[in-house]
Amino acid sequence: MTHLLFGNLTLADLPHKWFTVGATGSIIAGGIAIAALLTYLKRWKWLWSEWLTSTDPKKIGIMYIVMAALMFFRGGLDALMIWLQQALGSGALPGFLGAAHGYLDASHFQQIFTAHGDIMVFFGTMGFLFGLMNLVVPLQIGARDLAFPFLNSLGFWLFAAGAVLINMFFVIGGDFAASGWLSLPPLSGPEYSPGAGMDYWGWSLQISGLGSLLSGINFLVTILKMRAPGMTLMKMPLFTWTSLCSSVLVVSVFPVLTVAIALLWLDRFFGMRFFTSGFGGNPMMYVNLIWIWGHPEVYILVLPSFGVFSEVVATFSHKRLFGYVSQVFAALGVSSIACLVWVHHFFTMGAGADVNAVFGISTMLIAIPSAVQVFNWIATMHRGRIVFATPMYWFLGFVSLFMFGGMAGVLLATPAADYQLHNTLFLIAHFHTMVVGVGLFGIFAGITYWFPKVFGFTLSEKWGKRAFWLWLTGFFTAFTPLYILGSMGAARRVDSYAAATGFQPLYATALAGGLLIAAAFLTQIVQVVVSILERKQNLAGGDPWDARTLEWATPSPVPFYSFASTPEVRSRDAWWEMKKDGTANAPKKYEDIELCKNTGMAIYLSGCVFLLGFALVWHILWLGVLGLAGAIVCVIVRSFDEHTEYVVTAAEVEKLEKERLGRSPS
Amino acid sequence: MNEIAIEQGRVSDKFVFGFWIYLMTDLIMFSVLFASFAVLRGATFGGPAEHQLYDLANALTETLVLLTSSFTCGLAMLAAYRGKQGQATAWFAATFALGAAFLGLELREFFAFAAAGNTPQASASLSAFFTLVGTHGLHISAGLLWMLVAIAQIRLKGLSPFVVSKLKRLSVFWHFLDIVWIFIFTIVYLMGHML
Repeated sequence: MTHLLFGNLTLADLPHKWFTVGATGSIIAGGIAIAALLTYLKRWKWLWSEWLTSTDPKKIGIMYIVMAALMFFRGGLDALMIWLQQALGSGALPGFLGAAHGYLDASHFQQIFTAHGDIMVFFGTMGFLFGLMNLVVPLQIGARDLAFPFLNSLGFWLFAAGAVLINMFFVIGGDFAASGWLSLPPLSGPEYSPGAGMDYWGWSLQISGLGSLLSGINFLVTILKMRAPGMTLMKMPLFTWTSLCSSVLVVSVFPVLTVAIALLWLDRFFGMRFFTSGFGGNPMMYVNLIWIWGHPEVYILVLPSFGVFSEVVATFSHKRLFGYVSQVFAALGVSSIACLVWVHHFFTMGAGADVNAVFGISTMLIAIPSAVQVFNWIATMHRGRIVFATPMYWFLGFVSLFMFGGMAGVLLATPAADYQLHNTLFLIAHFHTMVVGVGLFGIFAGITYWFPKVFGFTLSEKWGKRAFWLWLTGFFTAFTPLYILGSMGAARRVDSYAAATGFQPLYATALAGGLLIAAAFLTQIVQVVVSILERKQNLAGGDPWDARTLEWATPSPVPFYSFASTPEVRSRDAWWEMKKDGTANAPKKYEDIELCKNTGMAIYLSGCVFLLGFALVWHILWLGVLGLAGAIVCVIVRSFDEHTEYVVTAAEVEKLEKERLGRSPS
Repeated sequence: MNEIAIEQGRVSDKFVFGFWIYLMTDLIMFSVLFASFAVLRGATFGGPAEHQLYDLANALTETLVLLTSSFTCGLAMLAAYRGKQGQATAWFAATFALGAAFLGLELREFFAFAAAGNTPQASASLSAFFTLVGTHGLHISAGLLWMLVAIAQIRLKGLSPFVVSKLKRLSVFWHFLDIVWIFIFTIVYLMGHML
């Protein structure tokens, strides 16, 4: 009877360890604080009707970025805990808090690095990227919305449901997966990971992965079908191009991830034999499948950043981008080669010298289009009137890290060297250099660059530059020791090591770097707070950077209808040309604007999917049926709704535009 | 064409295009399942190979039933384009019946396998077989549910551009499942028969 009601849930799954009690406590306290604040300010209705139910990509973009920042903070705490454990984990030191070495027992340590990886990749970086794409892509192509606004809202809410589910283990269960961020079988199979933590891992990734897939389809269709008249493909801004490449990759490889995790679940739930050691199962097939997704995923994360830098460098050098066509083909080249290199993640599988050589060479090929992009950026800066604003700092930091990490990557692509470096900290240092140095620095540059477009004032340059220097020094302090440790043979994912290895000083240096990065993150929070306080002095007009692309043709903050009249594009750098030939401020012909109504349906639907996921984690039949049926009913109800759009008439637009111009004399 | 018609064309174009992209993602999912099946079909762990268990006549009947359902689905769409509500409903109902018959035949095969002890748990080979064919069956079930909703929409809303645009996507989905089945019939059943 209790199993019928609660599945595998028991009272022992309620929080009772220091970290689950702590996390549950802070989740509840945070929830109460936010609820109290909303009640005090009487903002519940505002939150629901202006934000949560919104289908406006500008608002969904902001929600993505807020969510991603929270998850980034959460993943960052994990990182600090890992650094601290490893700095303390020398065999010469006694452990404390019940651990043999350091302060975390081995299983808890494993859960932390698993959660760190998944949260940073799926919920931190991916969230930031979809946020930026939502904010910028429609404006850059002169569209008022994405192709499918409801699907966009649904994509976000599935992402949010996944984010909640991956943190649910704190509250119910107490254990997360302890098998590494990709959870390779047979370790992740039913024999060795019987607990619910493994299923929290699988279902949070499946749900957020579904959201990513829907968003990928949405951006692909938007970019191909919704461009303003005159904007041919080869007139698109580079950020739109790289977003397109990223979306194509999402659409191509996320289904593979879905299948890989689904098959693993079939093994776990129904006792099937896909990846088991016995009964003919083939664990290496999972490794192949997960990396067929996993390697392109790295490029999904970094391609939009390449696009950000193409915009930033051209804008702040006041020159058109050097080598536009080659830049586009470089992005396309990176995306296609990205799908042909996955075996380099497991040269040690033993596929043989020929297979390894093919994948080693294809991996090295990626260096060519990557270098083309770097040369184009440098050539763009050459003889430009460069303004060293914060986004340019991020760019220069990125170039140094990209070169550094790229070289390490070519080194790792050599199978012979990889046999030595496989699964060492050298690899960890390499991919953090790429994902942080390229992915995150690009995101930071992008957020600084487009912040005034969204909020109407620029971010504090002073605090931005402080954050940059802390990040850069912190990064090198934290990860250079890992390159050295890896070369010395230090394995990844190790919670303790013999004192005789002499690793401890290097681990301690890495911890110091980690603390600098934490300080950098705090500085970024200060940057936002200071910028809000000083917003009156930093008001941005429509075009604070004297920029080049179409998004800057709109006022800042962007009105809900984005463009008062649909822009017509005649050349690359459309806005720059408009400014030059004087058509930028030409009187507009107003038109009726159709926009998508707000709807709570995406929230209800994602809520049902969340219940389904939770039920599958704990094997609660009735809840699963309820969640699934609820989700189906939501889809059916939505499919009957014909009136999902509303019209803002030309007269209303004209009135709103006049009011706006009356307020700001510019 | 006047401007409204162009605008409507563009909108429905956008939806059909988006749906095609979704179908391509679905196709990638199936291709991964096909690849897994190809890798694992020999991994019988001493049990019977999956191709020794097939009843080819059953698979052929399934194929003919599903192909016929694609034909009736096409007739339903022709009726829908001509605005013939009764005919469209009838042909969709026929498609539904054929789809349900297909599902019944498939389940009969599954239960016959399982009754003889050849469950998905018996070997990696059988896991891969049940999962590949079962995923197609799951899609058929979703299509059947969708068809019921579509019939309800035809009855309640008539053949408005809004409903016809949805029917267009349903029919594309149904034909897509047909194509996937042709590959299953060829690779799993026919090529299995030759092993």
